[in-house]
Amino acid sequence: MISAVPDVSGFVGTAARSQWRTVAARFVRHRAALVGLVLFALLLAFAFVGPLVWPKGLDAVYDARRPPSAEYPFGTDRIGRDMLAQTISGTRYSLQIALTVAVVATALGVVLGALAGYRRGWVDAVVGRTVDLVLCIPALVVTAVLARNTFTIAPGATTRSNWLAVALIIALLTAWLPIARTMRGVVLSLREKEFVEAAHALGGSTPHIVFRHILPNTVDVIIVSATVTVAQAVLLESALSFIGLGVRRPDASLGLIINENKNELATLPWLFWVPFVFIVLIGLSVNFIGDGLRDAFDPRQKRVRA
Amino acid sequence: MLRFVARRLLVAVPLLVAASFLSFALTTAMGDPLGEWKAQRPRTEQEIATQYARIGYDKPVVSRYLDWAGGFVRGDWKTTVTPGNGVVDVRTEIGRAFWVTFRLVVAAEIVALLLGMVIGVVGAVRQYSWFDYGSTGLAFLMFSIPLFCVAVILKFAGIRFNDWLESVGLGRWLITAGPPPGGFSGGLGQQIYQYTGAYVLPTLCLVAVQFALYSRYQRASMLDALNADYVRTARAKGIGEPRVVVRHALRNALVPILTVFSLNFGLLLGGAIITETVFGWRGMGTLIVDAIAKKEPWMVQGWMMVTACFVIAANLVADVVYSYLDPRIRLE
Repeated sequence: MISAVPDVSGFVGTAARSQWRTVAARFVRHRAALVGLVLFALLLAFAFVGPLVWPKGLDAVYDARRPPSAEYPFGTDRIGRDMLAQTISGTRYSLQIALTVAVVATALGVVLGALAGYRRGWVDAVVGRTVDLVLCIPALVVTAVLARNTFTIAPGATTRSNWLAVALIIALLTAWLPIARTMRGVVLSLREKEFVEAAHALGGSTPHIVFRHILPNTVDVIIVSATVTVAQAVLLESALSFIGLGVRRPDASLGLIINENKNELATLPWLFWVPFVFIVLIGLSVNFIGDGLRDAFDPRQKRVRA
Repeated sequence: MLRFVARRLLVAVPLLVAASFLSFALTTAMGDPLGEWKAQRPRTEQEIATQYARIGYDKPVVSRYLDWAGGFVRGDWKTTVTPGNGVVDVRTEIGRAFWVTFRLVVAAEIVALLLGMVIGVVGAVRQYSWFDYGSTGLAFLMFSIPLFCVAVILKFAGIRFNDWLESVGLGRWLITAGPPPGGFSGGLGQQIYQYTGAYVLPTLCLVAVQFALYSRYQRASMLDALNADYVRTARAKGIGEPRVVVRHALRNALVPILTVFSLNFGLLLGGAIITETVFGWRGMGTLIVDAIAKKEPWMVQGWMMVTACFVIAANLVADVVYSYLDPRIRLE
C-alpha cells in the first residue's frame, strides 16, 4: 500500500527522505530552535540532576539574607534558605507540572478533537459547545476556583504534596480545549481529502483510516500544540501560585518562590531575579523549540531545503 | 444584519444557561462558605442551623440553583454570605468593579492592538531584516515572561522613577498603589495629571503582554496576504507600494487579528486579576480573588456570569466587524 505521508523532498535525482528525516534536518538548521533544545536539556539536567550534585537542602538552616557568593551561588532568602537549592527544586516542580499538563492535555485534546472532527454528529456538538462554554470564563478563574477547595488551609494540609493536583486541574479544565479545537479543524479538512476516500474505497476500516492515514498527517499540529501548551502551563501555574491558589509548600514552584520574594526586589534583588530568569528561560527554550518545529513541519517553507 | 444579530443573541441564551450550570457547579465545588466561620471557634448547633438557613444552604442543591437563577434574571444577584463582614450586594459591587476594569482593559487593548499591528506589518514588509528579527525576539521574550513579573518590575521601576521625579522637584507623578480613594479632583490639568499617573503603569503592564501576540498574528497574516495573487496583480497594474500594502494586503490581513482580539477579552480579564492585585486597583480582578479566598458563592457566580456575557458580546461585535472587512462572509 502506498504511504499516506507525502514525500516532501521535491527534488528530482536525490534520494527521497522520510518525513522524519526531513523534519530533523530542517530543525537542526534552525539555529534558534537548536539553541532552545540545548537550553531545555540543560534546564532538565539542572532540575533533575541538580539535587544529586548540590549538597545544600531546602531547609532554613543557613545564614539569612546573604547576597550571591561562592558559598551560596544564588544567595539566601530572609529566613535562611539556600536559593540555589530552592531554584533547583522550583524548576523541577515547574517542569513537572508543565510536562504533565502537556502530556495529559495533548492526549485528551487529540483524541476528542479527532473524534469530533471525524465522527461529527453528537460528539462534535458536545466537544464544540464545551469548548465555547469554557472559553467564556477566564482559565485563571476556573482553575483558581477549583484549586481553592482542593488545597484547604487546614493545618495538616501544609505537609501534603499538591503539584500533581495543580497540573491535573490545569490540564483537564483548560489546556486541552484549544488543542481539541485545532485538531477538530484539521481532521475535518483531512477527512474530505482524496487519500482518505481512496483508503475508504480500498475497504479500510475506520480505526485503520484514522490511525494510519489521518493521524500521521496531524503530527505537526500535535507536536506544535504540545510545545505551546508547555509554555502556557508554566505561565498559568506561576500565575496561580502568585495569587496564592497554586502550588503550596512543601512543593516549591518558581511562581511560588517569586511570590514569596516579590517585596524584596528593592532590598534583596537576587531573590526575585533568579527564579524570574529561570521561568523566562523555560518559556524561551520551549517557544523556540515550538517555532523551529512549526517551520520544520511546514512543507511550503523554502529557506532550508529538504 | 439585524436578523443576524438577533439570531446570535438567541444562540447566546442557551450558552449562558450552560454557563450558569458550569459556574454553579464550580462555586459548589469551591466548598462550604461557612467552613472557616465554623472553624474560628466552637459554634452551637442552633447558631449553625440559623446561619445555613440565612444563606439558603439548608436547601438541596437543585433548589438553591433555581433560587439563584430566578433571582438573577430578575436582577437580584444576592449578597455576600460570610457572617461578620457586613452584607455587600453582589450586583452593585460587580457593577462598580466592572467599570474600573473595563476602562483599564479597553485602554490597554487599543494601545496593544495598534502597537502590535504596526510592528507586525513592518516585520512582514521587511521580512528577515534586523527589525523583523528584533521584534520576533522581543515577542518570544514577552511570551515567556509571566504577567505578574512584568507588573512587579514595572511597580518598582515606577517607584524609582517617582524618586527621580521628586529629586528634580516634579512631585510623585506615577501612582503605584491604586487610584486615589477620594476619586479624581481639581482643575482639568490636575485631573489629567492624576488620571495619567494612575493609568500609566497598569496599562503598560497589560500592553506589554498583549502586543507581542498581536504582532505575531499580524506578521503571519500579512505575509500570507503579501504573497497572494491579488497583491501581485495590484503591483502589476502599477499601483504604488504604500497603497498595495495598506489597501490591498493590510485590509485582508486584518480578519485573523480581529478574531484573536475578540477571543482575547476573556484572557485579558484574567490578566487584569494579576495587574490589579499588584497595583492595588479595586476592580474585577481583586474582587474575584477576594471572593474566592472568602468562598463567597454568589459573588463568584455573578462575576462569572458577567464575564461570560462580556466575552459573548465581544465575539458578536467581532463577527459584525468581519463581515465589513471580508465581503465573502455573509451574515445571513
